[in-house]
Amino acid sequence: MRAPDNPVLAKGDVLLAVDNVSLGFGGVKALTDVSFDIRKSEIRAIIGPNGAGKTSMLNCINGFYYPTEGRITFKGVKRPKMRPYEAARGGIARTFQNVALFKSMSTLDNIMAGRSIKMRSNFFWQLFRHGPAMKEEVAHRRFVEEIIDFLEIQHIRKTPVGRLPYGLQKRVELGRALAMEPELLLLDEPMAGMNLEEKEDMSRFILEVNQQYGTTIALIEHDMGVVMDLSDRVVVLEYGRKIADGTPQEVKGNQRVIDAYLGVAH
Amino acid sequence: MLYREAGQFKTNYVADSAIFPLRQDRIGLGLIIIAAYALAFMGSDFLLQAVLIPFLVFSLAAIGLNILTGYTGLLSLGTGAFMGVGAYACYKLMTAFPGVNVIVWIFVSGFFSAAIGALFGLPSLRIKGFYLAVATLAAQFFLQWCLIRIPWLVNYNVSGALDAPLRTLFGTPIMGPNATPQTRYLVVLTIVILLTWLASNLVHGRIGRMWIAIRDMDLAAELMGIRPLQTKLLAFAVSSYYCGVAGALLVFLWYGGAEYDVFNINQSFFILFMVIIGGLGSLIGSFFGAALIFILPIVLGIVLPAILAPFGLSVGADVIEHLRFMIVGALIIFFLIVEPHGLARLWQIGKQKLLVWPFPY
Repeated sequence: MRAPDNPVLAKGDVLLAVDNVSLGFGGVKALTDVSFDIRKSEIRAIIGPNGAGKTSMLNCINGFYYPTEGRITFKGVKRPKMRPYEAARGGIARTFQNVALFKSMSTLDNIMAGRSIKMRSNFFWQLFRHGPAMKEEVAHRRFVEEIIDFLEIQHIRKTPVGRLPYGLQKRVELGRALAMEPELLLLDEPMAGMNLEEKEDMSRFILEVNQQYGTTIALIEHDMGVVMDLSDRVVVLEYGRKIADGTPQEVKGNQRVIDAYLGVAH
Repeated sequence: MLYREAGQFKTNYVADSAIFPLRQDRIGLGLIIIAAYALAFMGSDFLLQAVLIPFLVFSLAAIGLNILTGYTGLLSLGTGAFMGVGAYACYKLMTAFPGVNVIVWIFVSGFFSAAIGALFGLPSLRIKGFYLAVATLAAQFFLQWCLIRIPWLVNYNVSGALDAPLRTLFGTPIMGPNATPQTRYLVVLTIVILLTWLASNLVHGRIGRMWIAIRDMDLAAELMGIRPLQTKLLAFAVSSYYCGVAGALLVFLWYGGAEYDVFNINQSFFILFMVIIGGLGSLIGSFFGAALIFILPIVLGIVLPAILAPFGLSVGADVIEHLRFMIVGALIIFFLIVEPHGLARLWQIGKQKLLVWPFPY
């Protein structure tokens, strides 16, 4: 169902390339001359100490910010200045550091809301909740139920998410992002504030999403154990600059990374 | 024991996503609708004209504002003006084309206020909360000014007022001096039921989810591909449509004629109170709010003298009037403190208690 000018990328092709991106807010430079790429079907981790510009990088990728310099290429096309909803329609989904769910809606409705861009039935069928509108509602409900099964959240299907514990909210948020069937999934600290068991569950889901659906994942995470186990490649930022890029093993042995995390003796 | 969901299993997604999944709710709703129609034949003219017709009209306006403020989270103080646009559009249409049935014009007039509403909704992309409320306040004053200053809108009527001409449906007068409260009540009731049904379909589907998404977390909504401007403008348009139809019903099927003054800022606040007290983001709350704000004062006006009489206190009508204001005001504050989420939330809690009764949880 892809347009012909929209090439199907094979595993390992560059899905998103960040070239010499800088981002400044007035005098503050959040990112300076950062370049890296994200390849199809890999798990790419972005790490770095607090304030390194990791979230700013994600915000650039999904259209919240437009880089002051440099360019971002997505699926071989240079990205114009765009609104976040356009990036979303282009196939980029994301979760947030602080859970950003629709608190008054149930788990089911939250994930259904994630299907909004896939739904086509027009306003007048919506008014009558019949015909195409209802057919579409059921078809998407079936898809959403698959996600619910996958994430093992059947028991909270109809609970308003505001009442759920934090770990489950994170899981629902992942489900909402998956409902968009993204090509690139951005996870901003998916395991922050979780206990060991929840972290293990979440890691399992991330790996399964990556392996079953081939979804490309870029994640920010502070738990080094998780990052080293999950990711195929890691990019390390410090004070808005890239200091290392490579496989977990390479990054682990890099002296600049060790200095950034542990500090240097003066 | 009557209110049990045990044993009601859903075997397909259509049944599971029904708006009233519980059988008891469906029966209850059916009974309420039958009772509402029965009231047309059993209620007195006073009950119909002074209580039920205005209650329905205000419920409809409250549903309109609730779509905007309750579901989409955009505060508006222009409700009165949008109602006015509907009423004046209806007047122009039905006097210009008297051959077309007035019911058609009542529905069409809503589109005029929908267009005006969407226009004044444009700032909502940039501004939120109190600032948006002030922007809609501009709509209120500007539109009201138009209603006063453009005599074309009232067909150059020297009194500057709208009057309800005689209009019929199937040969029975439904508008104008000859229409009985009974027929007018039946027309209003049918329109309100129809529009409430459509609104409930909208808010339970994709569009409703998009509205709530914008209200609860607009940044996340945008990152999921929901276009903020279109979604907000749609909420403004639908909301103003409901207000416009309510305005037309208010003038032509309740008052039987009115001046621009009924669409002033007080009307906007009046409906905002109904929505807040009834429950933001709840259609049934709109009815509760309209009932509390509109019917309660009338009931108190009848009950208060009856209570005071045994104590030998014969009080004048003016004192009753003051007491009524004081009691309604106190009740509003009481409800807001006890249940800030409105009467709809109390209703929900009540239903939950019934489900688990006789156990506490």
